[in-house]
Amino acid sequence: MASIAHTGSLPRAAEFRTCPDTGLRVDLAAEKLIRWNAVVAVVFLAIGGLFGLLVALTRWPAVHLLPAEWFYLALTAHGADVLLFWVIFFEIAILYFASAILLNCRLATPRMAWLGFWLMLAGALLANVAVLQGESSVMFTSYVPMQAAPHFYLGLILFAVGALVAVAVFFGTLVIAKDEGTYEGSVPLVTFGAIAAAVIAVFTITSGAIILIPTFLWSIGLISHIDPVMYKVVWWGMGHSSQQINVSAHVAVWYAIAAMVLGAKPLSEKVSRFAFLMYILFLQIAAAHHLLVEPGISSEWKIFNTSYALYLAVLGSLIHGLSVPGAIEAAQRRRGYTKGVFEWLRKAPWGNPAFSGMFLSLVMFGFLGGISGVVLGSEQINLLMHNTMYVPGHFHGTVVAGTTLAFMAITYLVVPLIFRREIMFKKLAQWQPYVFGLGVGGISLFMMGAGTLGVSRRHWDITFSDAPVAFDYPGTAFLMMGLNGVFGVLSALGGLMYIVVVVGSVFFGERRTEEKAKAEPLLPQGGAAAVASYGSEGTLKLPGTITLVAIFFVAFVLYYFVNWKFLSEVWPLS
Amino acid sequence: MAIHPPEKRIWWNEPLEKSEVTWITIAFIWGLVMFFTMVFWHFTGEQNLSNEAYRIHPETFAERTEAMVDQYTVREEGETGLPVVRPPPGSDVYMLARLWEWWPILELEEGKDYRLHLSSMDWQHGFSLQPENINIQIHPGYELVLTLTPEGVGEYGVVCNEYCGIGHHQMVGKIHVVAAE
Ligand code: HEM
Ligand SMILES: [Cu+2]
Ligand SMILES: [Cu+2]
Repeated sequence: MASIAHTGSLPRAAEFRTCPDTGLRVDLAAEKLIRWNAVVAVVFLAIGGLFGLLVALTRWPAVHLLPAEWFYLALTAHGADVLLFWVIFFEIAILYFASAILLNCRLATPRMAWLGFWLMLAGALLANVAVLQGESSVMFTSYVPMQAAPHFYLGLILFAVGALVAVAVFFGTLVIAKDEGTYEGSVPLVTFGAIAAAVIAVFTITSGAIILIPTFLWSIGLISHIDPVMYKVVWWGMGHSSQQINVSAHVAVWYAIAAMVLGAKPLSEKVSRFAFLMYILFLQIAAAHHLLVEPGISSEWKIFNTSYALYLAVLGSLIHGLSVPGAIEAAQRRRGYTKGVFEWLRKAPWGNPAFSGMFLSLVMFGFLGGISGVVLGSEQINLLMHNTMYVPGHFHGTVVAGTTLAFMAITYLVVPLIFRREIMFKKLAQWQPYVFGLGVGGISLFMMGAGTLGVSRRHWDITFSDAPVAFDYPGTAFLMMGLNGVFGVLSALGGLMYIVVVVGSVFFGERRTEEKAKAEPLLPQGGAAAVASYGSEGTLKLPGTITLVAIFFVAFVLYYFVNWKFLSEVWPLS
Repeated sequence: MAIHPPEKRIWWNEPLEKSEVTWITIAFIWGLVMFFTMVFWHFTGEQNLSNEAYRIHPETFAERTEAMVDQYTVREEGETGLPVVRPPPGSDVYMLARLWEWWPILELEEGKDYRLHLSSMDWQHGFSLQPENINIQIHPGYELVLTLTPEGVGEYGVVCNEYCGIGHHQMVGKIHVVAAE
């Protein structure tokens, strides 16, 4: 154990090592917490991914694997295990990394951090037990008045409290770093992104407490009624803003990977920091786009919240969408890859899974998740898509192709740097981002396709064989769901490859000693310095990035207006 | 201390990258365009979700629906003998959602306006009119009233697309659209 119990008001005497790759001073207590949070995250990804595969195989009409009851159970478990437990455990690891490690600081109160960890773990296990017992197949959104077993809500509450403790430790570490002067000037951009994520997390967890605690009391009979519309408004205050945590975190990861692998610096610090600030300022109240077709909420409120709030936060993402590839292009051009428009991209380290995963995440988050999200969040267009397969299609583009793939990518750096193990199965690791990326890109697209054809989400039987009256979706809808199944298998395979590489390396990988790290440095010259510092790249011509952004923008505008055209063709209603 | 101390540059005073400024401007204008498109559609578009909604007791809603069914039923349909109701154009028509059916079946005339009332008796349900692909959330205790103009003679399915328990996938209703008389 690294930490030594502190006495009186003296600061904890932390133990440090100096990282041979980055030169950073690594608090061993922080390192241990990062490891454990990351390991538990990966375990939940494995469990949740397995449930995802079962769900995808059931929704593949020709396979239709699970019986109805098991399908709804598996879907609830899938949503909770991946979206809440995998993503948030990993984010806590990122918060500790971005504070203690990047700032050269000791972690504030490791004991509290462990308390947070155990609370989160206990909560996640309790919620899983509740779901597996079968009385809580309410989906992770748990809309009232449908009711789950009390310990389902209790599990979520414990998990949230644990996460809040972890966020507090993060802020405490920032304060210590400032007090003890472990860094000079401003915090690095990656830490700034993590701060954005953590600020939003406080808002998110508070909304979660406001809604889940009364719901828990209602489930044990102490409260008689919860208004279903009010529930959704507050629930999405948590549900939506937690997606904003994910975006802030994975954008920070993009910058970190670009910096570590290529030594890339943001084009201008001011712009990139400003874009993170937009997330904090605007996205929390954009929960309205989940409520666009609810009764009793006015159009004015919907438009105000989706556009004022959402579009300014979208602006933040659009800015990163130029700054991140721009930073990469600038770094590559600085290295001499200056031929033509795209030499910098062709000669990028595509064989390094940290880079390939990061770049695929960037592209798919923008093209699949981003565009579809803005379209889906337009007040009237939502009528065409609400609760159809379009919705999971959209968020598998954001939170799987975007967040999950980015987190997988940074794992390839975390394992050697923090676990101090060599990556095993190098070939498998090289292919992993491509297999997972292709699979997830496919499920995202085909789910959106099925949704455009009307197919309902969270639905066991789209042939309606037991329904009192008949209805048939078009044949192409079945084709879409079949293709979704095929690509679901592919993404599950990509997920399995990730698990095999990570578990293998962490537990059985060759130890990465200091001599070894010196002999085969992981990061190129300037890589580590670029993450742990701040400063802009400055003026450079970036024709490649401008071309990519232009293609993106044209696709966005065309797709946006095509959907208004679709809308104009359905029955008039007012 | 770090081997690589941070570069001490004053980042907030640096000039902005030109390509970034251009892109921020374009993206900001695009946000305004998207904002005004939604507003504009409220004035010129024909598909806007009604803002008319009331709090209502499920029993009250059921009584009103039953009154309509008693008055205008023309036949029965389906394995469970769902009433098919043909109210006059321009009138108030009701469809209620409950575990696990849409009740009753409606028969509407093409091109005529109807005031459609929707509510749930129990949990949340999703009114998903197919193959039109119009999707509206239905809550217990809230009555949504919208004016609907059916287009295109034929049979339309009403799928439930909000998960509502183990019978969710059996919850299908119907709307017939017939030629105007
Ligand atoms: C092995 C990879 C994966 C596959 C094959 C997969 C497949 C699916 C499918 C088919 C659905 C069901 C759509 C429906 O019936 O409504 C679904 C839902 C969902 N997935 Fe995934 N998924 C995968 C990974 C992930 C990951 C990594 C995340 C989050 C980070 C995620 C988050 C979700 C969520 C939140 C839902 C919605 C659950 C609900 O409706 O309550 N998925 N997934
Ligand atoms: Cu239903
Ligand atoms: Cu349902």
